[in-house]
Amino acid sequence: MWTTERIADLVQSGRVHRDAYTDPGIFDLEMERIFGRAWLLLGHDSQVPRAGDFVTTQMGRQPVLMVRQRDGGVAVLFNRCAHRGSTVCSAAKGTVTQFVCPYHGWTYGLDGALLAVPSPEGYAEERSPQRRLGLAEVPRAEVYRGFVFASLAADGPSLRDFLGPLISSFDDLVDRAPEGEVEVAGGVSRHAYDGNWKFVLENHLDTIHPRYVHASSIAAANEQDDRSPTDGAGEVGVRQMRQNGAPNELWEGIGLWVAGGGHGYMADYHDDEKLVAASDDPVHVEYQKRMEAAYGPERAREILAVTRWNSIVFPNVSFMSQFGQLRIVRPLAAGRTVLDTYVFRLKGAPEAMFRRAVAFANVVNGTGSPVLTDDLEVYERLQTGLGADGNEWVDTGRGFGRDVRDGDNGLDRGGTGTSEIAVRNQFRAWAEYMTGAGAADAADMAVAAE
Amino acid sequence: MTGSSAPAAALDPASDRAAVEAFLIHEADLIDRRDFEAWLALYTDDCRYWVPLEEDQADPQHTVSLIYDDRKLLETRVRRLGHPRIHAQAPPSRTVHIIANVAVAREPEDGLIVVHSNQTVAEYRQNRTRLFAGRCTHRLVPENGGYRIAFKRIDLIDSEGENRGIPIVL
Repeated sequence: MWTTERIADLVQSGRVHRDAYTDPGIFDLEMERIFGRAWLLLGHDSQVPRAGDFVTTQMGRQPVLMVRQRDGGVAVLFNRCAHRGSTVCSAAKGTVTQFVCPYHGWTYGLDGALLAVPSPEGYAEERSPQRRLGLAEVPRAEVYRGFVFASLAADGPSLRDFLGPLISSFDDLVDRAPEGEVEVAGGVSRHAYDGNWKFVLENHLDTIHPRYVHASSIAAANEQDDRSPTDGAGEVGVRQMRQNGAPNELWEGIGLWVAGGGHGYMADYHDDEKLVAASDDPVHVEYQKRMEAAYGPERAREILAVTRWNSIVFPNVSFMSQFGQLRIVRPLAAGRTVLDTYVFRLKGAPEAMFRRAVAFANVVNGTGSPVLTDDLEVYERLQTGLGADGNEWVDTGRGFGRDVRDGDNGLDRGGTGTSEIAVRNQFRAWAEYMTGAGAADAADMAVAAE
Repeated sequence: MTGSSAPAAALDPASDRAAVEAFLIHEADLIDRRDFEAWLALYTDDCRYWVPLEEDQADPQHTVSLIYDDRKLLETRVRRLGHPRIHAQAPPSRTVHIIANVAVAREPEDGLIVVHSNQTVAEYRQNRTRLFAGRCTHRLVPENGGYRIAFKRIDLIDSEGENRGIPIVL
């Protein structure tokens, strides 16, 4: 029985009990108390451009669909027929004029309203299905700059309060488009691993792991002959693999920031000069020109000066603006997770930049990636290793007590670029969701030095 | 076709098909024996090795792929497969390819041989066996009485599914 006290004991100063990753009862509670309450990113409204366009996904374990309305809005509905419970949509995406249940033909409008049932005279007047709900709407849904969020909880913080300072990471992504809009393009790829969903959120703000996890791809890329023929894909890929092998000083010097709610981001890692394009790269020169034309030189410089890399919005989003990459985390069980991987096109930017984003996605985030496959392997080895008794605690103590408050912007910063501040911060939020306790009652972490 | 070059010789359906099939089996055998350097040597300098994400995917530039390697990336991929700290292949996978339904045609424009085949790869690693089934397209350059691979495309039937990582070549 997971009492509040027992759950609270799982998260302690600089350590976390392995049950947080492995226990099926904890997973059930996570689905209810975290994925059942938080704002979850479902996708982007560019995936459903015209009325009747839909995509299906999950919120926690519940099947939902996101569908464009005739009035231009986006509705988030439970994918569950009001009659006997079948899903009304089985495709990952598509276009419909109405939703028809395959079992008895109950038919719904794009807004979920029940339009027709077979042989309605079979119901007594007071039991007429027309009086009842259609496809139930998810309690709350909101769109921020095209990103569609929803919450299974009727009450709770507004989306804006939930995102807090991390709203600026979405702005960073969208502002980089000369037209001020991005769109999902290039397909949605999926991959899975037999490990806990929290591993990937921790990993994306973990700056120690690349040298170890990615040792094989770093070495292979370092030995790569630069003269070998490439159509551009190899160039993007080899450069990123080499970057993972950056010297320790670089990792120590980067910035790790965390905010309330478990969110955080990594910055001062790559910047346009080092990675996306050297300043004499013709594509980047053209891009800068278009940015200046769209925003004016000063604002364009300001936008491009943001050097943010991975941003995490707890509990289900990881994204990165410089190559327009985004991943949605879908937990299936304590030891099974699926990642949906998206690539964004910056509207108005040179098409070559989108091709680089696709190449980046293949090499770094693709199912057959020489980089990602080693991450996935390690997540699975974590899940296996945590089954061992003898040491029941996972250490999260690197940098503990050295985190610093970063002004009054609601952010804390790791004392060094290799601090485990992000893991501690995610677990602080985890404990808050799981126990219902406020921040002050949760495990101590940030600003311990103050 | 109105090209100025001489028309390519017509294929002999029986003997060319047999030669091409033997070549595909040789390629698969090099993968299954994990002789990746020899496998890479079958590919041309301007080769592409492609496992698309979507059924009927038009191109590798505007849609992501499970794998899309030009020559440079393919060299890096193969070098990594030989690295002692490739966690995703420690221990390495054992694989066996089954190749069937081989059909051969010649491209009128450039004289390359286009081969369609069905391929099933069974992979065993860490007490689990997986199957990768798909349709393959090879474009082969006739060379010194044999062939080199300019292009290989593998359309997996579950390319859009929730697959665990694929660290091997197919």
